Amino acid sequence: MKRWTRDEMAARVARDIPDGSYVNLGIGLPTLVANHIPPDREVIIQSENGVLGAGPTPAKGQEDPELINAGKQPITLLKGGAFFHHADSFAMMRGGHLDYCVLGAFQVAVNGDLANWHTGAPDAIPAVGGAMDLAIGAKRVLIMMEHLTKSGESKIVPACTYPLTGMGCVNRVYTDLAVIDITPQGLVVRDCVDGLSFDELQRLTGVPLRPAERT
Amino acid sequence: MINKIVASAEAAVADIKDGSTVMISGFGGAGMPVALVDALIAQGARDLVIVNNNAGNGETGLAALMKARRVRKILCSFPRQADSYVFDGLYRAGEIELEVVPQGNLAERIRAAGAGIGGFFTPTGYGTLLAEGKETREIDGRQYVFESPIHADVALVRADRADRWGNLTYRKAARNFGPVMATAAKCTIVEVREVVELGAIDPEHVVTPGIFVQRVVKVGGMGRTA
Repeated sequence: MKRWTRDEMAARVARDIPDGSYVNLGIGLPTLVANHIPPDREVIIQSENGVLGAGPTPAKGQEDPELINAGKQPITLLKGGAFFHHADSFAMMRGGHLDYCVLGAFQVAVNGDLANWHTGAPDAIPAVGGAMDLAIGAKRVLIMMEHLTKSGESKIVPACTYPLTGMGCVNRVYTDLAVIDITPQGLVVRDCVDGLSFDELQRLTGVPLRPAERT
Repeated sequence: MINKIVASAEAAVADIKDGSTVMISGFGGAGMPVALVDALIAQGARDLVIVNNNAGNGETGLAALMKARRVRKILCSFPRQADSYVFDGLYRAGEIELEVVPQGNLAERIRAAGAGIGGFFTPTGYGTLLAEGKETREIDGRQYVFESPIHADVALVRADRADRWGNLTYRKAARNFGPVMATAAKCTIVEVREVVELGAIDPEHVVTPGIFVQRVVKVGGMGRTA
C-alpha cells in the first residue's frame, strides 16, 4: 500500500494554510510544515516560547541558544518578527488569535476529542507543554499523524482510550493515507493517497467514514 | 538613593530560606539564570518548591539544583525531555513531587499572582485529567475551569540589561517567563549581562519596570553567540 511520506504530509497541510495566516506548529512531525509553505504566501509562524515570525533553521555556526522554538531547536527570526513574554504568547492561543495550530496525536476520536500528551502508562512521565492551550485556543486545530499504530490499529477511534488533551477540538486530520474532516455529521474524507479505495480506507479506519462527494 | 545592584550572586541569594517557593525563568536553557541557581546551590537552601517550564536540562542550572537534592516539588508544563535524566531518575525513585500544569495556565497563574487576581476561569484542560477536582463553570455556552494564582517567595530571572532602579530588557526568546515571574514573587532577583546608567534604557523599551525588581546582579554574557 502506498503511503504519503512525512514531507508529503507536511506539504499537503501547508497547501491548506492560506496567505496571511498565523500558525503554531507543534513539535515533531508538524514542524516539517514550515519547510513546505508555498513561496508566494506570507504565513506567520508563532512559537509558544515568545516568538512571532519564526524563520528557517540557521546555517551551521549561526545558531543562537536564545533564539529557539518550542522543540528547543535553533531558529531564525524573519523581518517583522517579534518577541514577547509567555503570558502574551498564550493569550494569542487562548484568546483565539491564532488561525491554525498543527499538532501530533496518539488518538483522535470521531467527536473531535484529542489525546496527544500522555499514554497514562504507570511509568510514563506526563508532559503537556502548550498542547491543551493550543487545542482549545486556535481557530482551527489540524492534526498530523500516521493513520495506523505500529500494530495496525486505527488512530482514529470511536472514543479516546488515552487521557484527553481537549474535548471536541479537532477540525481536520492529515494522515499518511488520507485527509479527513471531523464534522458534526461525522467523518468526511477530503483526500486519499493514490490507489487506495474508499472501501479499503474504511476497512482500515474502522469508524464510519463518508466520501466528500456526498456532503 | 535607590540602588538595587548587588555585588555578587552569592549576596543576592543569601537570605533564601528552606521551604521557599522559587520561580526560575527560562524555557529549556534560554533565559535560565544559571549564575543565580549555582549560587542557590552553594547557599544550601533545601526543601524548595520550584516553578519553571521544564525540569532541568543536562546537569546545569535547575538540573544541578535537583541533583543536589534541594527540590521537594516542581511545578512545570513539560518535564520530560531528551536531557532531563536528573529529574527522570528522582521522579521514578519517588524522591520529587511533580505538578504538571498546562503551559498557558502556568503563565497565567503566575501573571494572576503578580496582578493581584484571585484566580480565573479558562477553557484550557476542561474535561481532562489536569482539571480533575477543579471548579468548572459554563460561561456563554462554553465550559471553563477555575485556576488559582501561583505566588512565590523568590523569583530568579535572567535578563539582558538593567539599570540601578531595576528596569529590565531581555534578549530574544530568553524573555519567556521572566517578565511574568518578576511580578509574582515577594523578592525578584535578576541576573543580567550588563548594568547600564539610569536613563540609558529607552523608556519605550523597558520590558520589566523596576518596581517588580528587588535585586540585580551583573554576571556577564552566557559565553555564547552575541
